[in-house]
Amino acid sequence: MNILVFIKQVPDTNEVKIDPKTGTLIREGVPSIINPDDKNALEEALKIKESKGARVTVVTMGPPQAEKALREALSMGADEAVLLTDRAFAGADTWATSLVLAKAAEKIGYDLIFAGRQAIDGDTAQVGPEIAEHLNIPQITYVEKVEALDGKLIVRRALEDGYEVLSVNMPCLLTCIKELNQPRYMNMYDIFTCYEKEIKVMNIKDLDIESERVGLSGSPTKVKKSFTKGPKSQGEIIDVPAHEAANIVCEKLKFVHII
Amino acid sequence: MDFSLTREQKLAKEMLEKFVENEVRPIAAEIDATEKFPFETVQKMGKLGIMGLPYERELGGAGGDYITYIMAVEELAKACATTSVVLSAHVSLCCWPIYAYGTDEQKNKYLPKLLKGEHLGAFALTEPNAGTDAASQQTTAKLEGDYYVLNGSKVFITNGGYADIFIVFAMTDKLKGTKGISAFIVEKGFEGFSIGKIEEKMGIRASSTAELIFKDCKVPKENLLGKEGMGFKIAMSTLDGGRIGIAAQALGIAEGALDEAVKYMRQRKQFGKPIAAFQGLQFYIAEMATRVEAAKQLVYKAAWKKQAGESYGVDAAMAKLYASETAMYVTTKAVQIFGGYGFTKDYPVERMMRDSKITEIYEGTSEVQKMVISANILK
Amino acid sequence: MSKGVWVIAEQRDGILQKVSLELLGKAREIANKLNDEVTAVLCGYKIQNLSKILIYHGADKVIVIDNELLKNYTTDGYTKAICEIALQRQPEIIFIGATNIGRDLGPRVAARLRTGLTADCTGLDIDDETKNLLMTRPAFGGNIMATIECPNNRPQMSTVRPGVFSVPCADENRKGVIEKVDIKISEDDIRVKILEIVKSLKEKIDITEADVIVSGGRGVGNKEGFKMLKELADELGGIVAGSRAAVDSGWIDKDRQVGQTGKTVRPKLYIACGISGAIQHLAGMQESEYIVAINKNSDAPIMAIADLAIVGDIYKVVPEIIKELKAYKLSCEVK
Repeated sequence: MNILVFIKQVPDTNEVKIDPKTGTLIREGVPSIINPDDKNALEEALKIKESKGARVTVVTMGPPQAEKALREALSMGADEAVLLTDRAFAGADTWATSLVLAKAAEKIGYDLIFAGRQAIDGDTAQVGPEIAEHLNIPQITYVEKVEALDGKLIVRRALEDGYEVLSVNMPCLLTCIKELNQPRYMNMYDIFTCYEKEIKVMNIKDLDIESERVGLSGSPTKVKKSFTKGPKSQGEIIDVPAHEAANIVCEKLKFVHII
Repeated sequence: MDFSLTREQKLAKEMLEKFVENEVRPIAAEIDATEKFPFETVQKMGKLGIMGLPYERELGGAGGDYITYIMAVEELAKACATTSVVLSAHVSLCCWPIYAYGTDEQKNKYLPKLLKGEHLGAFALTEPNAGTDAASQQTTAKLEGDYYVLNGSKVFITNGGYADIFIVFAMTDKLKGTKGISAFIVEKGFEGFSIGKIEEKMGIRASSTAELIFKDCKVPKENLLGKEGMGFKIAMSTLDGGRIGIAAQALGIAEGALDEAVKYMRQRKQFGKPIAAFQGLQFYIAEMATRVEAAKQLVYKAAWKKQAGESYGVDAAMAKLYASETAMYVTTKAVQIFGGYGFTKDYPVERMMRDSKITEIYEGTSEVQKMVISANILK
Repeated sequence: MSKGVWVIAEQRDGILQKVSLELLGKAREIANKLNDEVTAVLCGYKIQNLSKILIYHGADKVIVIDNELLKNYTTDGYTKAICEIALQRQPEIIFIGATNIGRDLGPRVAARLRTGLTADCTGLDIDDETKNLLMTRPAFGGNIMATIECPNNRPQMSTVRPGVFSVPCADENRKGVIEKVDIKISEDDIRVKILEIVKSLKEKIDITEADVIVSGGRGVGNKEGFKMLKELADELGGIVAGSRAAVDSGWIDKDRQVGQTGKTVRPKLYIACGISGAIQHLAGMQESEYIVAINKNSDAPIMAIADLAIVGDIYKVVPEIIKELKAYKLSCEVK
């Protein structure tokens, strides 16, 4: 069985700080990590490899530096790694990204595809389902449990008010959430061999896609502008009767989208 | 000259940092308080290849390098000195002498399980009356047929209560002095071997520092490590390497305390501003950071020499001398910076200060290191 | 005149999800700017009776796709139904609620319609000149906001999280068209089979994972007080935590302790009740996104780091907040 795991290298947004004076993003010194949900995806693939036997290939689209994420995945136990990199891929939205990843999946071959639910730098949760649609295979998102049987999977999908138990035949695509498992650490055995493995690099020619369908030009959505929310405003202290205070609290909570 | 880490070392450092944050730091205060040996952590470290980091894959090791192993001891010590000494004693003091002096049979029998962390190792040299004066061994080993019969006791043995394999030193020929000492590989189940008192300590409280008792303990003669009479040499060369481990431990403790102090100075406000704004404390930080950096250079230089196959005894002694005294200095200053809070168990710096002290004592006191260093210079 | 602003109405077990009504309110606003109609698309089985609710909340038209195979949500079934009707009618805009269902459906539909989708929008507007939909959403872990448009593809699609927009007032005199549309769906179209749907609300216990934390300190005074905090937390979908003083007094469990010797949390909302804010406590919660502190003492350190500091007795203020929240929820309720 060939399992593909799509991973993304992302800036650790927990480490991103806003300059309190200018209100702008401080990107310097922010480490690049494998997107957390993608690690759950990789972990599940490795578990299936251990229990059922499989070849696990990690695939990422990104700049050449994204190789680091692939080495990390190899150090966790993945068998092979593929880097999809081309200047033409830059600026892609989820549609154009998913097209490239789907083409890569076709070229590499797969029985099962794992992806993270969403990446912490974009939080869209769109790439997984869009890949599945491009490949015309079934998808299950928000996966919190997987049981692999012969040729099919029994999967638990999380809902806000419970869960569904679903059955799906392979090939299919699953997007994973952190409740699914506890991703393993890299291990020293694989760390000291991961650089001996070759990372397969594929560009736009290798994938047979027209350049106008990828990157910025292939993206239906465009970023018109981006802005920071500005420096955090000074807190306020209020000393009023309880019911008025309660009223103010509720208004503030509405304002910050808590209620 | 190149001070940068290799790409494998960089990945290993990331992995270690994550492991320490998730598995080691959260229980450090608790195991200090309860003196509970971090057995589960050691098992996890074994599965991840940390317990056999610098040894060949063919023997069950991770195929890593010595510098990465030293880095592992350092990273663990940043959060928990106990866990770091468990690793250092296992790798440097038990696996290494078997690796360096063992026969192929001994290596194949003992190293795979040790290097995978399925077995834990310990090193037993010190006796009640043979501490710094290690040559005054009173434990004896007498060859009787297929067995050496050991009698005597050892004290202050790190990992003692939990180890499976011990490197034990005993006199095979009292008349020959240091040349009469031999080394043995002793399994915990050997007849006549038992664990005595577990010490209650000021620091590294969960590391299981044990007394070992040998009462007509039967050790198969094929478990003699090296040749009869080679024991003292094995002990001394093992300790040379062990010292780099302890130096790395001390360095890690110092770095951990410095990090805590810096974090606290930014948080804590007095007189309406963070205490990081006060020059008196800024100067402490400058002094602490500089000493930490100097210690780091000594530790990694010694590790690099060992890895490169150069002689490193003096470098190891200098690294241990300086790093351990730096740990004591930095942790004491860190407690000072924390003030009253630093004296409480709410913050880790008081534990770090207690943990530091032993690094000036074990595997050769600071005074012994000075003897080693000066003897080498004045020879 | 363009071809309509659509809202995909989500129902589960015949109950409309609140987010769909919130979207209708926004869709109405957008449609007015475009001088266009609001259409709700309602998929399910025997759910036509929900149509009028959609009309009361702003829909001009409801397209009902009633099919036994759409009884429960499946990616394949719903994608097919919605894409077929969308391809026929060519709407200008489609809004979908960003629930676990909407976030499964949205991208699948967008990919099939070969158009863009913008997830989790917190602001939606129309560009005065181009008449394009302007979709504003947080990115980079909420550190920046981006306004996104989809200039050359139609429909323009976005998902919106529940609670971002408010539910418009229902107007029972509103009239609208209900149109039943039949889409052919076969069993074989649905490749993922539902074996079981289980309703269960997981009791959250890990305070480091909670979005909302109501935390109590020495000022709570007794164990009983934490019941009141729990009530507030329940109203907000959050969980209760405490300072070390509260834990040491036995009012709350040790695994709920926030601070240096407890856990470090960074929820979206942290409400500190009767907590003075010793440095050990602040170390564990100061990175929370929004901090409300309620304390009798206006000079308490917690008040200095709070976004909103209420000077007052928690036993007076907290019940008022609970009352206010309940009233607000009631006003949102779908009849």
